Amino acid sequence: MTLSAPGPARNLPQYGALIAVLLANWLLFPDFFAIRLQDGRLFGSLIDVLNRGAPVALLAVGMTMVIATRGVDLSVGAVMAISGAIAATMTGAGWSLPAVLAASLAAGLLCGLWNGVLVAVLRIQPIIATLILMVAGRGIAQLVTEGQIVTFTSPALAFIGSGSFLTVPMPVVLTIVLLAVTALLVRATALGLMIEAVGINRLSSAGAGVNTPVVLVAVYVWCGLCAAVAGLIVTADIRGADANNAGLWLELDAILAVVVGGTSLLGGRFGLVLSVVGALIIQSMNTGILLSGFKPEFNLIVKAGVLLVVLLLQSPTLTLFLPRPRGARPIGTVKPPVAPTSGGAKP
Amino acid sequence: MTGALQRFLPLVVTTAVLVVGFLICAAQFPNFASWRVVANLLTDNAFLGITAVGMTFVILSGGIDLSVGAVIGFTTVLLAVLIEQGGWHPVPAFAVALIAAGGFGAAMGGVIHVFQMPPFIVTLAGMFIARGLGFVLTTDSVPINHPLYGELNDMALRFDFGLKLTLPALLMLGVVVAAVVLAHWTRFGANLYALGGNRQSAELMGVPVARTTVAVYGLSGLLAGLAGIVFSLYTGAGYSLAATGVELDTITAVVIGGTQLTGGYGYVVGTFVGVLIQGLIQTYITFDGSLSSWWTKIAIGVLLFVFILLQKGLLVVWAGRGGEPAEA
Repeated sequence: MTLSAPGPARNLPQYGALIAVLLANWLLFPDFFAIRLQDGRLFGSLIDVLNRGAPVALLAVGMTMVIATRGVDLSVGAVMAISGAIAATMTGAGWSLPAVLAASLAAGLLCGLWNGVLVAVLRIQPIIATLILMVAGRGIAQLVTEGQIVTFTSPALAFIGSGSFLTVPMPVVLTIVLLAVTALLVRATALGLMIEAVGINRLSSAGAGVNTPVVLVAVYVWCGLCAAVAGLIVTADIRGADANNAGLWLELDAILAVVVGGTSLLGGRFGLVLSVVGALIIQSMNTGILLSGFKPEFNLIVKAGVLLVVLLLQSPTLTLFLPRPRGARPIGTVKPPVAPTSGGAKP
Repeated sequence: MTGALQRFLPLVVTTAVLVVGFLICAAQFPNFASWRVVANLLTDNAFLGITAVGMTFVILSGGIDLSVGAVIGFTTVLLAVLIEQGGWHPVPAFAVALIAAGGFGAAMGGVIHVFQMPPFIVTLAGMFIARGLGFVLTTDSVPINHPLYGELNDMALRFDFGLKLTLPALLMLGVVVAAVVLAHWTRFGANLYALGGNRQSAELMGVPVARTTVAVYGLSGLLAGLAGIVFSLYTGAGYSLAATGVELDTITAVVIGGTQLTGGYGYVVGTFVGVLIQGLIQTYITFDGSLSSWWTKIAIGVLLFVFILLQKGLLVVWAGRGGEPAEA
């Protein structure tokens, strides 16, 4: 609300940062923007950024809405591992592609439902509620693969990871489709408004008639679905499922992408496209560091530096030095009112 | 129920789980109930226990520290590089590592306080920085061959009845005792609980919020550094990928130990018991031999769930009686 200028100007830092990183890559590697068509598929560094950034971008789409409700989902990496493990194991056992996809996506939805029920119905803090699945989920994925790295040869499933549709790589297509569907769901209906309302003040929005448990469960279920799709892409890409390492630490990258995209961890206003831009900024930095011949060891430090700069720009203390109307307070500093004695939170 | 029983109930339940768990293991495996198993349980989980004490303080103050695993990894690499490549004596290297780790934590605390940023994200950045610094020093696993390491590893306190406490185990027990004193019998401890209970009230009551925040993250960093030293003794090497995921194990131990992640309520002893429960599950799976390692993760996840539900149930009971406030 008060943290940045109104209108499109508030998106400038993210787009500016993306352009700056891409230009820096171009300076280091003059062929960076070169794209060529080969075997009916686009190739080039820029396409590579999009392709490799797809899993984190997908996670970021789901994570954005979770964070907008003032939550966080730590389990997305583990959900990726579960969905990948199911896909690889079932494909290895000879199931058809539709059955495999349905089972993997259903697993993601179920994981999301579990998280959502813990947060919305049992009212457990999101960070702990999702910690349970983060710890246990990887164990479940290993249970599915029986501790092995399961590989498969089915070209149908591999198509999701390495195929292309109208010359565009499938991971990019899937990300765009899911982003579009999500944006349509939340922006063309009142759902987005409700999500923001729940994030700003759960009690008040319940009082105003928002069915908060349903909104919360829906958000976590969607996040689980996004994670399952990301898990499918990663598994299909390497033609195998590694329950130990698939999606490992990607939850942190996804949170980073959302925060870089300007959505506050304190909930409220969110930007889906900006989160994807955040994911692309991170991926362009990774690619740039690899291309530049710089040691990949510096990757993490550069990432942390960017994270700190973006956070500092959003920090309430720093904005004190900027002019703003008297009495305006950043979101989150106002204590929520006391809960109504009964009935208020009921749907 | 009396007030004292109510307050200690989570701790009592956690301890009961540990005792019952140990008895079940002992009933199943004849060799389980031996001092050797107990001693190994303490030694193997020493670095985890030391780190978890720091995490308990941070969580009591209402924050979280995701950087501890990375700080452990960085410390082991720093020690290896200083001792093996720099030719340092281990003792000054230990001092430098502790100062670096404590300073790193304090710096994060400063950033959290001054810029009013969420601890989750600041310590996430800290995690990246500490891992990154470790990678920059070296990506290899560097063995440490200094003779002092051998001497320190042989050092142990032996009791007549058969218990042998190694240096890591002794360090952990010492840290736990010191932490209990710090939490319950010092002004710092009182400030910590006040800060975690309600930041605004604490500030109004005159709790030095800035100093306490910096100190608590500094302490967590310092203890992670100490855990790093223990880890390097334990493994005899420095590796930048060491102790990955330890931040989650410690948070899990803190939650199982009955500390509330919203801050203001909990006990260091509970965390210690939580660490031992996790260690016990792993020992059980090792003893069994036929169970696969992933059951550890699933069992810990189930335990987490049960303990969180138990805490929630207690909160509801308290709120119903008007004794303790429900979640803010």
